[in-house]
Amino acid sequence: MRAVDAVIECLKAEGVEVVFGLPGGANLPQYDAFYDAGIRHVLVRHEAGGGHAAAGYAKATGKVGVCFATSGPGATNVVTPIADAMMDSVPTVFITGQVRTDLLGTDGFQEVDVVGVTMPIVKHSFMIQHPLEIPRAIHEAFHLARTGRPGPVIVDIPTDLARAEIPYEPVTDVHLPGYQPTHEGNTKQIRQAAKALAAARRPVLYVGGGTINANASEEVRELARLDNFPVTCTLMGLGAYPAPDPQWLGMLGMHGTRTANYAMDEADLIVAIGARFDDRITGKLSEFAPRAKFVHIDIDPAEISKNIPAHIPIVGDAKNIVAKLVKEYRALEGVDHTRLEAWWERIHGWQEKHPLRYDDTEGDEIKPQRLIEALYEATGGDAIVTTDIGQHQMWAAQYFHFDRPRRWLQSGGLGTMGFGLPAAMGAKVGMPGETVICIAGDGSVQMNMQELATCAQEGIDIKIFISNNGYLGMVRQWQELFWDKRYSHVDMGQFPDFVKLADAMGATGFRFESKATLVEDIKQAIATPGPVMVDVRVTREENVYPMIAPGAAARDMVG
Amino acid sequence: MGDPGTKQDLLSLEDLEAAGALRTGRKHVLSILVENKPGVLTRIAGLFARRGFNIETLTVGPTDDDQISRVTLTVDGALHPIDQVTKQLHKLINVLKIRDLEPEGTVARELALFKVAAEGAARSEVMQVCDIFRGKVVDVTRRSLIVEVTGTTDKVEAFERMVRPFGLIEMMRTGEIAISRGRSET
Repeated sequence: MRAVDAVIECLKAEGVEVVFGLPGGANLPQYDAFYDAGIRHVLVRHEAGGGHAAAGYAKATGKVGVCFATSGPGATNVVTPIADAMMDSVPTVFITGQVRTDLLGTDGFQEVDVVGVTMPIVKHSFMIQHPLEIPRAIHEAFHLARTGRPGPVIVDIPTDLARAEIPYEPVTDVHLPGYQPTHEGNTKQIRQAAKALAAARRPVLYVGGGTINANASEEVRELARLDNFPVTCTLMGLGAYPAPDPQWLGMLGMHGTRTANYAMDEADLIVAIGARFDDRITGKLSEFAPRAKFVHIDIDPAEISKNIPAHIPIVGDAKNIVAKLVKEYRALEGVDHTRLEAWWERIHGWQEKHPLRYDDTEGDEIKPQRLIEALYEATGGDAIVTTDIGQHQMWAAQYFHFDRPRRWLQSGGLGTMGFGLPAAMGAKVGMPGETVICIAGDGSVQMNMQELATCAQEGIDIKIFISNNGYLGMVRQWQELFWDKRYSHVDMGQFPDFVKLADAMGATGFRFESKATLVEDIKQAIATPGPVMVDVRVTREENVYPMIAPGAAARDMVG
Repeated sequence: MGDPGTKQDLLSLEDLEAAGALRTGRKHVLSILVENKPGVLTRIAGLFARRGFNIETLTVGPTDDDQISRVTLTVDGALHPIDQVTKQLHKLINVLKIRDLEPEGTVARELALFKVAAEGAARSEVMQVCDIFRGKVVDVTRRSLIVEVTGTTDKVEAFERMVRPFGLIEMMRTGEIAISRGRSET
């Protein structure tokens, strides 16, 4: 069979249900094979939308997201989604077309060295040089994408090799001698961590996105409940621990709660689970959690002691390690179960003194924070939520409370504006029975709103709520706070008219401007069949608080 | 917590020591076995560049297995936490094995070619220095010599210092290759 038909067989063997992509010259053979392949294909309007959709699908389902793009501009258009998937460890496979082998290196039409361009931002890449390599490369790509620390993998296939006839035999193994991720944590280290926890008077469990990748939320809950341990999550970890819970401190980091950040600051033991001490978490590194010892659980050994030296490093799969940690802790004798009482007293003091708050408007104007609360009320929290990047994202993290993993889909590490809408599209394709909401900013949403047409054509029923302040709001906030209110090029005015735009795209558009009717209006928008885009006019100049100023220490939070 | 009467199960947090981010302060020779596939060297070089690790010397060559190549590179352990360097290298799928060679347990050599101005009396002086360093004169003209020297980096650099006053026209060095002492494989 043709190599491209073998690719389809491989995708089926990998259990692929859907591919997001766009055909072009160099991947025509692949699309010919797709014509009657029996795998769903979602025809995106821009390859970046395809890449983010694949990521949204992967984050919501835990399966590998797949995106196809042609050579040259098609491939460079997926560079951002690839970098995004790398930063957030999203299992994705990108299959790109490439010019014919006899044109390689000649600056041929639509030729780009995509393997070279993406080398720093992929988990691995395969440049196919012989058609016989193709089936194995596809399987190895899936294996690499989903195992260990997940990430994006590219397979770049020159068009002449794609059409070549090959004797296809199913591949049942992978041959990657240089790739042996550690799953089992070191038993001695786990025992040591249990003892450290038992000794700690001011412990905090610091839970990141790796917990969700590892499907370890249940184990983390069990661990927390052993002895009433306080829990905080990163932006990526939200949902790994139920937000409406007495042991929950809120999100930590730059726009986290004061309680979570103060608890980290005063902790004597921090147990990091699938989290990587990003600068948005630590603030000023030298003053981060100065009294704490660190247990660091991560599947990627390179994350251990990268930013913060670990006292008890444990490399491996979080699910399996945390389960063992629970067992080891239970087996300890002589543990004083009342030792955290003073710590909780301190924490409750912060919670009472510093709840998340904002000044609501007197009149009918909608505060952006109110929009998030209203969305939470209208859905009862029962929705998959994606966001873009900026103020609306931080408010959503603060005021929408997630009680389960894989319901909060984020571009956390890369901070990609334009992520939310296509990610929602991918999530809805993967989880058709769920309500999928994209909370967007008026700036961000314009970066990939072409995919609304895809949603309309495919009947992908997502609900987009634009927190519209007519600004690149987070940039404006920084200009206000750190650049003397010199609002340089952040005012986007009221363009475009999102209601008309939704209509033109084949979706339904609404505009909400009243606080009084907001919850009911949202319910109606969600009940409206098909893709819906809602322009919610919110207070123009509102700031996200509290805040650790960039480079400042957690205890110096402002607002 | 160490209260009298509690079981020895418990430890004191004070006793925990942080590990990692180790700056050793010495030169490290990393001997890396990689799959012989296109782009592997680019992946390694790119990793060093983007993580801000500086490569001092780099050599690449075949091994007795044509599927596998060996990359030998030297890194300054004063500038970079060496464990971070090796852990990042290990994440490259084509990297099979890394050995951070201990200087005492290793035979390391590099090859250098020196083009030295050597006219008249200077010529015999340069040749004497060459003898002392067990170098080899591989080219000679009326006005210059080319000397081949192999040895440790220290020896090559000592030779350089000796011949520089004569007029060092050009110098080329390969960077070190290294092999572990004793029977076991590097």
